Amino acid sequence: MRIINRHPSRGLYVLLASLPFIALAIAYGIGSYQRLSINPADKILPSITQMMTAMSELMFVQDKRTGDYLFWSDTAISLWRLACGMGISIAISLVFGVAAGFIPWIRALVKPFVEAFSLIPPITILPILFILVGLDEASKITLIAIGTAPLMLRAVALAVEEIPHEMIVKAQTLGASTWQMITRVVLPQVLPKLIVATRFALIPAWIFLVSAEAIAAVSGLGYRIFLVRRFLSMDVIIPYVLWITLLAWLMDICLAMLQRRLFPWFQPESKS
Amino acid sequence: MTTLVLEKIWKEYGDQIVLENIDITIESGSFVALVGPSGCGKTTLLKMLLGEERPTSGRILLDGVPLKPEPDWDRGVVFQRYSVFPHLTVLGNVLVGREFEKSRFLGRLFGSRREAAVEDARTLLKSVGLADHENKYPAALSGGMQQRLALAQALMRKPKILLLDEPFGALDPGIRAEVHALMNQLWVEQGITVVMVTHDLSEAFRLGTRVIALERRRNRPEEKERYGATIAHDIAVWPPKKQTKLNGSAIVTATPPILAADASAAVH
Repeated sequence: MRIINRHPSRGLYVLLASLPFIALAIAYGIGSYQRLSINPADKILPSITQMMTAMSELMFVQDKRTGDYLFWSDTAISLWRLACGMGISIAISLVFGVAAGFIPWIRALVKPFVEAFSLIPPITILPILFILVGLDEASKITLIAIGTAPLMLRAVALAVEEIPHEMIVKAQTLGASTWQMITRVVLPQVLPKLIVATRFALIPAWIFLVSAEAIAAVSGLGYRIFLVRRFLSMDVIIPYVLWITLLAWLMDICLAMLQRRLFPWFQPESKS
Repeated sequence: MTTLVLEKIWKEYGDQIVLENIDITIESGSFVALVGPSGCGKTTLLKMLLGEERPTSGRILLDGVPLKPEPDWDRGVVFQRYSVFPHLTVLGNVLVGREFEKSRFLGRLFGSRREAAVEDARTLLKSVGLADHENKYPAALSGGMQQRLALAQALMRKPKILLLDEPFGALDPGIRAEVHALMNQLWVEQGITVVMVTHDLSEAFRLGTRVIALERRRNRPEEKERYGATIAHDIAVWPPKKQTKLNGSAIVTATPPILAADASAAVH
């Protein structure tokens, strides 16, 4: 039998899926153990206990200067920035994406501009943002919004254009005005795809967040990683990276669940 | 009463003449089947009736008034696919026409107005045999059920004329016969005027009161571009079918052999 026609059983699938994770953990464990047994003060591959010690300090001990529990305040401020940036981006993409996808005049007005704009590498705008809006929250939120909005706007406009023409004609033969078609036909069909677009956009959003925090911030997950890098504190960097990964994964799962709950009629064509 | 008049319709795409000199008067309550080989312009003609396309010359009058150049409520439609909204339940799909009509801004009805609309929608759903499925989404329905839903949805808005674009073409033969019977019953009971495009001759004669065959008079490659299709045959189906009488009351739909031969000659 050809290998493309052999499918692993459920149990084997779980085993195969977890294999790379286990392999990476074991490889790290061995490497860490070897380095630490040669030099107990080694900082490059800290042991799990070292990481836990470092993290418990950040999680459960008040910072002397600010009085915050740094890990949690870092998480809160980063999530806040991410939420604001994505919120703006979702609002822009929904309003302009639907208009551009549905109304030919607005398509002519918006689409070429957005396509040109989306070619600008967002990170190169960061200095401009620092100059224009300053070094505080606004510049980080704007970077996330600028980085993800064109992407999401194009996804939304495409989703509108993918609605079969027959359906739009049908709505008109039922007497629908443009506004009624937008609210009762177009938006409901676009919202599940907006969630898909948001899941994809979260990946660059995290990159822009961490970059902006690394360059100019006094708090946040990205700030902390780049701060402790100066002391080679891998015992903080590695747990932070894992934490960011976990957060991103949880967000993705929540959005996928939200999509299934809110839009039971929507079945994406491709497997997730 | 509805009369649809097509006056000297020509349709050209650039140099290509698609339709020429189409003159049809469609009486109220008739069921006109448009047949013809593929590429003869029958779907183009339907699109012009819908308002999606405009004739290059000639006029289309609905009750003496030129058609609006865009689709509107006075012309209902059922397509072969994508005729119902996937995000609305069966009941929601039928209600939506009334909601568009009565609620200009929200497009939704509440309270007693909604209840009245729901009652009408349920009556229609019952007449198309979907009364037990009102809370399902279209994806959970079979192809035949989706087309019956599309019919109920179009009829809810009470269009002056119902346009059908090969509505039963994608259905299995058994299901198709079932939907034919339903279509005939709806036409009889609701007193609607129908124009249907089909490539299925037996369907045309079974359902139609009048069969119009479109054909290119000249089909040689060097002539093809400059001669469009026109009406080759305009056949009153015999025996005549009557509306406002229940289906099955001695309405024989067998096609007299001479007409069948004539019509197949028109198509081949």
